[in-house]
Amino acid sequence: MPEPLDVVIIGGGVVGCAIARELSRYRLRVCLLEKECDVGFGTSKANSGIIHGGHHSDPRSVKGGLEWEGNQLWDALAADLGFGFKRIGELTIALGEADLPVLENLLNRGRAKGVTGLEMWPAERVRAEEPNLSPDIIAALHAPTTGVVNPYEACFCLAESAVRNGLDLRTETAVLGLSLADDVWTVETTRGTLHARFVLNAAGLFSGAIAALAGAPALAIHPRKGEEYLLDKRLQGHIGRVIFPCPSPVSKGILVIPTYDGTLMVGPTAHTVDNPFDLSTSAAGSDEVFAAVQRFAPGISPRDVIAQFAGLRAAADGDDFVIGLTDRKGFINIAGIQSPGLTAAPAIAQRIVGLLRNEGLALTPRDDFDPRLPAPVHFMSLSTGAQIDLAERDPRYRRMSCRCEFITEGEILDAIGRGAKTLDGIKFRTRAGMGRCQGGFCAARCMELLARELDIPFTDVTKRGGGSWMAIPRLTSIGQEASHD
Amino acid sequence: MTQTVSTANYLCIGCPMGCRLEVDTAEEDRIVEIRGFSCKRGKEYAAQEHVDPRRNVALTVGLRGGALPRLPVKTSAAVPKARVLALCAALRDLVVDAPVRVGQVVAANPLGLGADIVATREMRAVD
Amino acid sequence: MISSKPAHLQGVYDVVVAGGGPAGLGAALAAREAGAERVLVVDREKEAGGILLQCIHAGFGLHHFKEELTGPEYAGRVLRDALEHGVDVLSDAYALDVLPDKRIKLMSAEHGVRLIETRAAVLSMGARERTRAAIRIPGARPAGVLTAGFAQRLVNLQGCLPGRRVAILGSGDIGLIMARRLTLEGVEVVGVFELMPYANGLNRNIVQCLRDFDIPLHLSTTVVQVHGRERVEKVTVAPVDDHLKPLLSKAWDVPCDTLLVSIGLIPENELSCQMNLRLDPVTNGPVVNSAMETSRDGVFACGNVVHIHDLVDFVSAEAGLAGRWAGLAAQGRRPPDDNVRLSAGENVGYCVPHSLSTEREHTVYLRVRKPMEQSVIRLSSPDGRFTYEKKVRYVFPAEMINLKISPRMLQNFHGDGLRIDVLPR
Repeated sequence: MPEPLDVVIIGGGVVGCAIARELSRYRLRVCLLEKECDVGFGTSKANSGIIHGGHHSDPRSVKGGLEWEGNQLWDALAADLGFGFKRIGELTIALGEADLPVLENLLNRGRAKGVTGLEMWPAERVRAEEPNLSPDIIAALHAPTTGVVNPYEACFCLAESAVRNGLDLRTETAVLGLSLADDVWTVETTRGTLHARFVLNAAGLFSGAIAALAGAPALAIHPRKGEEYLLDKRLQGHIGRVIFPCPSPVSKGILVIPTYDGTLMVGPTAHTVDNPFDLSTSAAGSDEVFAAVQRFAPGISPRDVIAQFAGLRAAADGDDFVIGLTDRKGFINIAGIQSPGLTAAPAIAQRIVGLLRNEGLALTPRDDFDPRLPAPVHFMSLSTGAQIDLAERDPRYRRMSCRCEFITEGEILDAIGRGAKTLDGIKFRTRAGMGRCQGGFCAARCMELLARELDIPFTDVTKRGGGSWMAIPRLTSIGQEASHD
Repeated sequence: MTQTVSTANYLCIGCPMGCRLEVDTAEEDRIVEIRGFSCKRGKEYAAQEHVDPRRNVALTVGLRGGALPRLPVKTSAAVPKARVLALCAALRDLVVDAPVRVGQVVAANPLGLGADIVATREMRAVD
Repeated sequence: MISSKPAHLQGVYDVVVAGGGPAGLGAALAAREAGAERVLVVDREKEAGGILLQCIHAGFGLHHFKEELTGPEYAGRVLRDALEHGVDVLSDAYALDVLPDKRIKLMSAEHGVRLIETRAAVLSMGARERTRAAIRIPGARPAGVLTAGFAQRLVNLQGCLPGRRVAILGSGDIGLIMARRLTLEGVEVVGVFELMPYANGLNRNIVQCLRDFDIPLHLSTTVVQVHGRERVEKVTVAPVDDHLKPLLSKAWDVPCDTLLVSIGLIPENELSCQMNLRLDPVTNGPVVNSAMETSRDGVFACGNVVHIHDLVDFVSAEAGLAGRWAGLAAQGRRPPDDNVRLSAGENVGYCVPHSLSTEREHTVYLRVRKPMEQSVIRLSSPDGRFTYEKKVRYVFPAEMINLKISPRMLQNFHGDGLRIDVLPR
């Protein structure tokens, strides 16, 4: 048996990626296994992208503590890795007198945690700051600490940084078996067998199944679906802050979210489902979202929807995070990470590193650790002068590949160079295909570039790996599919 | 004895107007009257469609040495409707070499249907 | 392919045209014929000609060229005409912006990013397809839900197939044409599902593309759910009631690996929005006067970027008008002012242009909201003192109506507003 790895992380969502990035500061041999074709392509991709202000979760819970701790780590992370992060603030609104004590309670809870800047706004202030909200709003709690990121972008950057610092990232690799002998775990995957001292279970919706494979105590995960609706960019600026309705005991409710790119998103619903693959949206979900949002944002209508999607929260029994050692030596759960999981992820990563240290993992800092990533070019945000210079120097920036989001061929090629292997890989790295035409124009161009750069036939390009094929070869006169030339 | 007249209905495909054509026939399918057309072509189409329906076909064939993998082509005359699918299947493995000019015959009278296959786009040869 | 004269992009242009489909090429030709010296067409594809290059079927040109042509033949002719008349065509390039001083910022594979000076501009960016999201079809989001036009590109230009078993949502012409095209390539087309009680495409396409191949057309039926995790596995379809609400108790499953969506086109107005042009909320295109000039002086528009046409021949006619006035504007001749605003009345979705002059001949394009037999097109003044009526046999939303308006027709009209209704006789 070869020398075992130090750590195998199962699951490349934001939690697995944040842990991998944190561990890459040290001289360790770490492998991250992800069953999808890209990191962040499970629950993280469909996340609302809110870095929560810090005051929403109960401080007595695990997540309550990690929420505010995590919130404060995002500025440094975004500065190092170059992904977009803006503290745009949030308003939790009161539509009636009965809502006021709930807001008071949130305010006091936040202050007790040390959340800074919380402020109760009267109706006039709400109207002045957010004129497109309903005039029926009587007050709102303002939290300036709330921010937004593109969750998938955070995953890509965390993973890319970790890879640059030595992480072995294996996508399209699913775990089939886990066994422990002589303090070493054997991890059987769809692409070979690994050995490691520690196994971190960050498998999200599938963390219960992974715990079962490891022989660890049962861990029940209940997928809870959230449908989200992305609105046309014509509504950019219509609302500037994340808007929460007054929370009920069971839910934070359905929100208006100005995404990092400025596009408004509305959602999510919250309904438990049985099937961890059920990402379908529904007419009922759409009706629920728009009915809820129109109560406080009357200018928002289903007519403006340009994309819809659903994600599944990996909720554990008791609705708290499940983080820690198990009775199987070296097998650590990081499970049940639902909201505010994205916010908490950097703090979770630090906590796991501490846990591993306590378990005897030697953590020697890497002297060549590079915390930064080269910033990607975003052509359309350059000045005309800079665009002229760049296009002059580099002919890759002379073609428009996506006309809705204005993404150049150079940016697509850069994304492929950074690991995009599929249309969705390009879409979530560059936004090409995310705009109002939803890929009608750019998909064929991106497919051509993928085929050329990855040296594969055009018909082998997929939407997001596996069986998500886009096109097949034409038929011959005897009805067979033509072979590739 | 009164003569039995039956009426067949067709939609004209001659142009986008889509006139509703009626063809009255008597014994042995003899055409006695055509109605509903707005032009001479429509009347001719109705008569033709009733007796021997034909279609023009547009498809692509393989292109070697051009900037694109496919060359658009069409039939030079309408072919019997019932043979359209057979014609397309027969042409599926055809590959022609660039350069090609518009109107160039790339297959002469395939399946003996009385129509050639001609290119509808100019394609330069690229190295 | 037809080679274009390389454009040097030096000095001041008389007219720069954004988009090299039949609208842009036609406008460029007309601008030259009106005396403009330097005319440049900017097109994003490797070869200008526009979407017609992938529309390999026949049915184009009966009005404009007096013969029936395929899309590539029509595109080839308008490109050749423009080139022969000394138009510069810059392909593989993209108009990024039209600045307030009318300088045009463009990106070219050959020249990089440039600012070009011009005296007049024509917008002819065409249209894009409405997508699944626009009608919020619920269900999973696997690969295999694509617009009919994207499928057309895959088949006719890339030479591959979108799937093996295809269902089509929407009976727009592109969907109908693709039903036939895929059938000819050996793909199984299991049916076309149309929400409305009538087909949205032209009658000739219902006959030639569906009936000829026994492809069922299900009217008053829509897709209520998409199934499949990685690739489409089936769709659930259901009939709809009179209020277009699906009757889920009567739903059935249609196994397929592909759902083509053919639910209409929307003018491509990224550039127009950036320029803050006034847009018509119904057409989603710029508001234009009878010279096809937009709300910005010296900026004209034509073709599908203004409103969706069903015949390219009418695009060419409109392009001739826009190009001529752009060419004259470049020489300092402004189009004469219009004196009548046009508005859409009963059973009229929209009318273009949005204004006209009682002194000149015009063609007004309009589209009805619902089909009607034995109808009459009525022009009337708000005070009811003036009316003009024209009988029509039948009207369909799918078929654009072109109404000729002459000074003679309006000789008894005194006012500044005319309303157009399409009413039962």
